[in-house]
Amino acid sequence: MSEQGNKSAGLFDLRYILALLFGVYGLVLTVMGLWFTKPEGLEKAGGVNINLWGGIVMLLAGIAFTAWARLRPIVLPDAGDATGAGEG
Amino acid sequence: MTVIADGSLRLDAGPVDYALLGFYFLLVLGIGALARRSVSSSLDFFLSGRSLPAWVTGLAFISANLGAVEIFGMTANGAQYGIPTVHYYWIGAIPAMVFLGLVMMPFYYGSKVRSVPEFLLRRFGPFAHLVNSLSFALAQVLIAGVNLFALATVINLLLGWPLWVSIVISAAIVLAYTTLGGLSAAIYNEVMQFFVIVAMLLPLTIVGLYKVGGWNGLVEKITAANADASAQLSSWPGSNLTGIANPVLSVIGLVFGLGFVLSFGYWTTNFAEVQRALSAKSMSAARRTPLIGAYPKTLIVLIIVIPGMLAAVLSPDLAAYKAAGAPKGAEITYNNTIEVLIRDLLPNGMLGIAITGLVAAFMAGMAASVSSFNTVFTYDLWQTYVVKNKPDEYYLRTGRWITVIGCLIAIGTAFIAGTFNNIMDYLQTLFGFFNAPLFATFILGMFWKRMSPLAGGIGLIVGTGSAVTVDILSRNGVLDLSGQGASFVAASVAFLMDIVVSVLVTLVTKPKPDSELVGLVWSLTPRDTLKHSETGENAGWYRKPVVLGVGVLVLAAVLNVIFW
Repeated sequence: MSEQGNKSAGLFDLRYILALLFGVYGLVLTVMGLWFTKPEGLEKAGGVNINLWGGIVMLLAGIAFTAWARLRPIVLPDAGDATGAGEG
Repeated sequence: MTVIADGSLRLDAGPVDYALLGFYFLLVLGIGALARRSVSSSLDFFLSGRSLPAWVTGLAFISANLGAVEIFGMTANGAQYGIPTVHYYWIGAIPAMVFLGLVMMPFYYGSKVRSVPEFLLRRFGPFAHLVNSLSFALAQVLIAGVNLFALATVINLLLGWPLWVSIVISAAIVLAYTTLGGLSAAIYNEVMQFFVIVAMLLPLTIVGLYKVGGWNGLVEKITAANADASAQLSSWPGSNLTGIANPVLSVIGLVFGLGFVLSFGYWTTNFAEVQRALSAKSMSAARRTPLIGAYPKTLIVLIIVIPGMLAAVLSPDLAAYKAAGAPKGAEITYNNTIEVLIRDLLPNGMLGIAITGLVAAFMAGMAASVSSFNTVFTYDLWQTYVVKNKPDEYYLRTGRWITVIGCLIAIGTAFIAGTFNNIMDYLQTLFGFFNAPLFATFILGMFWKRMSPLAGGIGLIVGTGSAVTVDILSRNGVLDLSGQGASFVAASVAFLMDIVVSVLVTLVTKPKPDSELVGLVWSLTPRDTLKHSETGENAGWYRKPVVLGVGVLVLAAVLNVIFW
């Protein structure tokens, strides 16, 4: 039942794209939070350095997506024809 | 077409914020280009070759609905009504999503239809099919246009770009990735959009709560500022939301009108939603799609409603507006809730993420409309009635062209919306009414084999007609309904009228022979064709649809008790 029309297109692994997104966003925000957030920006957020905290959380999210993709890679069904397996 | 922002909501966006937005666009287009390589047939283009894992389709399932209209609308409701807004999620979405996954998906996925209208074609024949395909296709391009226009006004307000620039740029980006990568690109981008939206809403909630002195601080401020604070701080009976003063009737309105008719209609028959599940790689994954989506759906309301409530006490403008009883013509209204919060709370950097989140929400909303429109147009209208029996490449090519044409119509609609703002608003409410009778027709058709083809078509028309009638009557003050109650009543009437008319018409017309209804009607479908595999990737108790479904219902019930 599950293996209907098994023409798996071998789509690339979205988890690496999400890791890239959060990696870059996390890095930028962390750097902003550490060195470039102006006092008025801090004051806006009631004294919370939201850039720094947000950046750290996003970096962790990026690492989590990478780890997940590494630990549970996409398994191509055996019937898959040889057309490009996603490079991830 | 020149709406000049007065600058009071203008964000102080810096180069870093623009860079973050630009990087997002880059990834969006990159996904489109990568997805293109996996498109070699029309099924790849329109349904991702039925190859996606359940967590992807599950997140895309709620993301397609979590467009900007939803975010603006629900934060506005949070600011205005407070906690009762949660009903749109815990009552108004979760039960329907569970029902779709457990009861209806086996028919959709098992019958191998490629769209919701196609199911109607197989079950009821061309009459009902045409009614539904035409109304759906029309609604989706117009909704895409409304989305586009809303995006342009927000960008104009926040960043000061001219309307036409944002309309053309965003349409071009959506067009590029949906034409290249088809549904896969749309779905992958929806998943990415989901995470960016969370990355926008979560900091707003945390910073806002911190500023106001935590949950207790929020409760104190709301209590101090509002005469009806208790209604805003407890979910039931939600009289302020429904506009129905009698608590019992209000609860009935919520449970039957919102929770049953409106919500089941939307979540189980709207092809823009169901399409995400149809692209899953197996019956098991298709059934899990709405169920997996239901968990984040249950929780995300907290970071939508709470920011809304926060804005109404944190922003002096909004607080004054609320205290004055929402006067007409005010500069800042409930609709600006999320913009005010972003402006007041976030420093450069996080500001860029929030802008990206908003833009992402608009683009995904438009892409969901476009990618379901092109499927219905190509398969259900073009291939079924106009140019039949061509090789598959022909329909793939048609699909790409239709995507281009759909985007162009959406751009046109967006420009018209600029001149007739109220009309677009009204149209959108109207399209909401197509779903309630559709659900009635589906549920009757799936469980009552006698229901005749003619009943399917006439039921839909009469049902939609009654909803429109009730809506017009209440808009003109003939029916005395305020708040959201009017749309609950309109949808309920549509549902009941559809059932009554369908039953009456069926009794005097000829049903389809049983042999043509196998796989489409419950009593005529062999049980094992509705089952899914439970081995390999689909093994494990936590992948059982029933377990997932019951789990999320329990979660929603517990949250309901907490916020009672």
